[in-house]
Amino acid sequence: MYSIKKEALGSLLAAIGAKRKLYVPADNAGLILFTPYADGVSVNLSRNPDVSAKDFFFPQVENICRFKVCGKTVDVIDNREKNEDFVVFGVRACDVKSFEVLDNVFLSEPVDGYYKDRRDHSLIVTLACSKPLETCFCGTFGIDCAAPGGDVEAYACGDSYAFRAITEKGEAFLAELSLENGGDEAVEACKAKINEIKAKLPLSDLTTEGFGGGKTKDLFNNPKWAELSASCLGCGTCTFVCPTCQCYDIRDFDTGNGIQRYRCWDSCMYRDFTKMSAGQPRPSQLERFRQRFMHKLVYYPENNNGLFSCVGCGRCLRKCPQSLNIVKVMKALREDD
Amino acid sequence: MEALIPQVVVCTDVRRDTPDVKTFRILTPDGKKPFVNIPGQCAMLSIPGVGEAMFSITSSPTNKEYMEFSIKKCGCLTEWLHMIEPGQQLTIRGPYGNGFPVDTALKGKDLLFIAGGIGLAPLRSVINYCRDNRADYGTIDIIYGSRSKDDLVDYKEIIDEWMNTPGVNVHLTIDREQEVWDGHVGFVPNYVKELNPDIKKTVLMCGPPIMIKFTLAGLKELGFEDTQIYTTMELRMKCGIGKCGRCNIGAKYVCKDGPVFRFDQLDELPNEY
Amino acid sequence: MQELIKKGKELFANGTVDRIIGWTRGELPYDREIRVFRCAECFEKDFVYDAFCGANLSKYLIEESGKEGKIGVFLKPCDSYSFAQLIKEHRIKKENVYAVAIECYGKCDSRALADSVEDAIYWITDNGPELKIDTVSGAVVRNTYDYMLEKCAACKTKKHAPGCDETIGDEGEKVDDCTRFDIVAKLEAMTPEERFAFWRGELSRCIRCNACRNVCPACSCEHCVFDNPASGISQKAAADSFEENNFHIIRAFHVAGRCTDCGECSRVCPQHIPLHLLNRKFIKDINELYGEYQAGENPDERAPLTNYTKADCEPSVVYKRGGKN
Repeated sequence: MYSIKKEALGSLLAAIGAKRKLYVPADNAGLILFTPYADGVSVNLSRNPDVSAKDFFFPQVENICRFKVCGKTVDVIDNREKNEDFVVFGVRACDVKSFEVLDNVFLSEPVDGYYKDRRDHSLIVTLACSKPLETCFCGTFGIDCAAPGGDVEAYACGDSYAFRAITEKGEAFLAELSLENGGDEAVEACKAKINEIKAKLPLSDLTTEGFGGGKTKDLFNNPKWAELSASCLGCGTCTFVCPTCQCYDIRDFDTGNGIQRYRCWDSCMYRDFTKMSAGQPRPSQLERFRQRFMHKLVYYPENNNGLFSCVGCGRCLRKCPQSLNIVKVMKALREDD
Repeated sequence: MEALIPQVVVCTDVRRDTPDVKTFRILTPDGKKPFVNIPGQCAMLSIPGVGEAMFSITSSPTNKEYMEFSIKKCGCLTEWLHMIEPGQQLTIRGPYGNGFPVDTALKGKDLLFIAGGIGLAPLRSVINYCRDNRADYGTIDIIYGSRSKDDLVDYKEIIDEWMNTPGVNVHLTIDREQEVWDGHVGFVPNYVKELNPDIKKTVLMCGPPIMIKFTLAGLKELGFEDTQIYTTMELRMKCGIGKCGRCNIGAKYVCKDGPVFRFDQLDELPNEY
Repeated sequence: MQELIKKGKELFANGTVDRIIGWTRGELPYDREIRVFRCAECFEKDFVYDAFCGANLSKYLIEESGKEGKIGVFLKPCDSYSFAQLIKEHRIKKENVYAVAIECYGKCDSRALADSVEDAIYWITDNGPELKIDTVSGAVVRNTYDYMLEKCAACKTKKHAPGCDETIGDEGEKVDDCTRFDIVAKLEAMTPEERFAFWRGELSRCIRCNACRNVCPACSCEHCVFDNPASGISQKAAADSFEENNFHIIRAFHVAGRCTDCGECSRVCPQHIPLHLLNRKFIKDINELYGEYQAGENPDERAPLTNYTKADCEPSVVYKRGGKN
């Protein structure tokens, strides 16, 4: 365990940033967003950033390949971006768990090379949540916000930050920074305090009982879906702020100098998501809404040894324009029992 | 090799099968088959700049020379495909999906193929595979229907080859009377009932949803079990490898866990297809 | 709120409506959801009207008014303009709606309020000018007016648009000292380069979730141009760095002259992009070029951008003269 004074954080980040690309949670128009570290960036570690950390591995848009089309011939050029080593600072336990959820998708055969390359180049410095919010329910999914994991764990304890390496990569990273030893006791105190708050959180009693693999028949035809989805706007806010939503679209863009094939985030909430010339298996918002939650609470666990694809980060609770969210869905579906 | 990056292929021949179906012969630029596949598997074909979509491979794996796709004109990409001429390069990636269990569950069985319209495309691969490995299978019955004689896909191959293969019985039908037609007239579900097939047969069925619905009901009336009937599904796909998240029926992805399902398997899934 | 509940029950009881669309409590203390109530009992039990009911109900009436029966709705002043505009555009079937005009003294920006509190909130008590917030580590108090939605802080009118069937409480007046164009004027005073940089910065946060479009009462097209792949533009993340910008610019043009400035676009934006400023610039321009105009205010009047009179000015000439008609 290593420790630094809080006021030394700036110089620590500068030291990290001097060697590698570094991303930190920083203020931006009233939001907290992961931002490239630079002089003058207003680092804000007070709460979980508004947009999840999935962008680092599964960006909103990325190039797959380029085509040169000339007469009847086609050339395929792999023009993906080259990744450098980078550090993400201040990732919370929920987002760390989301990487496992994403890994199961992108690193299973056939491995997604774009995603894997970014994962391989990353180093994750996590931060224990000193002040989980009313929207937080990571505990529901067995996640401990006081033990966030990653390559290096950080704790904000009183007037100092304590760091602990979790992986070998993290050990080497901390060794480079020549920090002072210490902080063990402060971390224990910090954890105890977090656990005290956790027990008091309004969503602390939410459980996954009734959900999981094999529950399709119990839940799919529940009449509650109609009311639950009635005011859904069909926008993609929940999916795009969600750390585990990973649906994507593949599209071609004529650059005027060849065709760029790119991949971008897509949302099962969109009406054209499953639309084909031949028909539409999910014709109304009810089916689309149901798909999103069934996927997180039933289909994904069924295919991934019981792991849920919700990590309780609470972003959908904070961001849905009409205050719909997974907690409400879980509670409503459970009422029937 | 990155799964999403396709390889370049050449369309060496375009054959017009029906007013809205064309069959495209596909080879690598150096004249080889792009990859090896199982009957019933699919591939992503693309015209760069227009789009990419999943099509069933209609040629049999026993055809070592080339790969074929029978494609109906029904959307943006297919309209473009219908405009291409031999020599045009396209891209392909695959093969995707499970395919029909030709070397396991279907082996030694009496097979009944039921197809409607372009639904013959995915079955053609299996039919030709079974014809080429004739000794491995029992009798082969094919019931194929279309709107009119002109809409029967692969008509020439059916008449010249399938009908002349020992142990293969072909039953064609069209929806409405036509002067040039002296065969059976009527919808596929009714024709199946009329023919009253032996309920020991294993059924492979593909066609429009409405045909599937009524044929399935008819087959069950005749005494067929869900476990004897296979079909192949189509939903919107983008990645083909079970990652992009749109072709699922419940927890199953059509691109990866399908497209071939038995009806007892489909029964376990939510009715969202 | 009691008066509204009484009215709602009465509308159910005398058969005026068979359902009412309104707000109800959500999961969190500051969440309000939109619900269609189908009986007087559930309405009485769950209907809520308070400082957190910022959402505009008008757009839901497009679909709801197409159904059988008659639906009741409570309209805040700003929502009533969206409602009236949608009737004018023949998108809402007025005969299937019973609209009750209700008062509004500004709604809370619940996200800003929640973000201002460091600890987990489990209850909020609305004491009028003050909000008492109970958190896991004790209570804090916030001044209600400091946490109003932008659209409320810059409220243009407390008076309803015509078209409501009845009014509860007193009909309000236009706000004389409305400040809604102040920031637009500031943007106008910038150099083109500064303004471009301002918008590039704001729009760079867009995640293209389409919440602004889907919530917008003026975006009532059954099929949006951005959902048409053949249009050469995409409703999803852009391949080109200007496309997000394009989306918002085109959307602003599409709703120009029909936007009532209800502020929903900025309320719902998860990325805090001040989208309403694009629309307000159009409103300000229309006011300056063709005279004061409020979309939805006059059911019979033709909108300035869809009308031609000989007195119409030539915008380029006006701006050459210094921006005044």
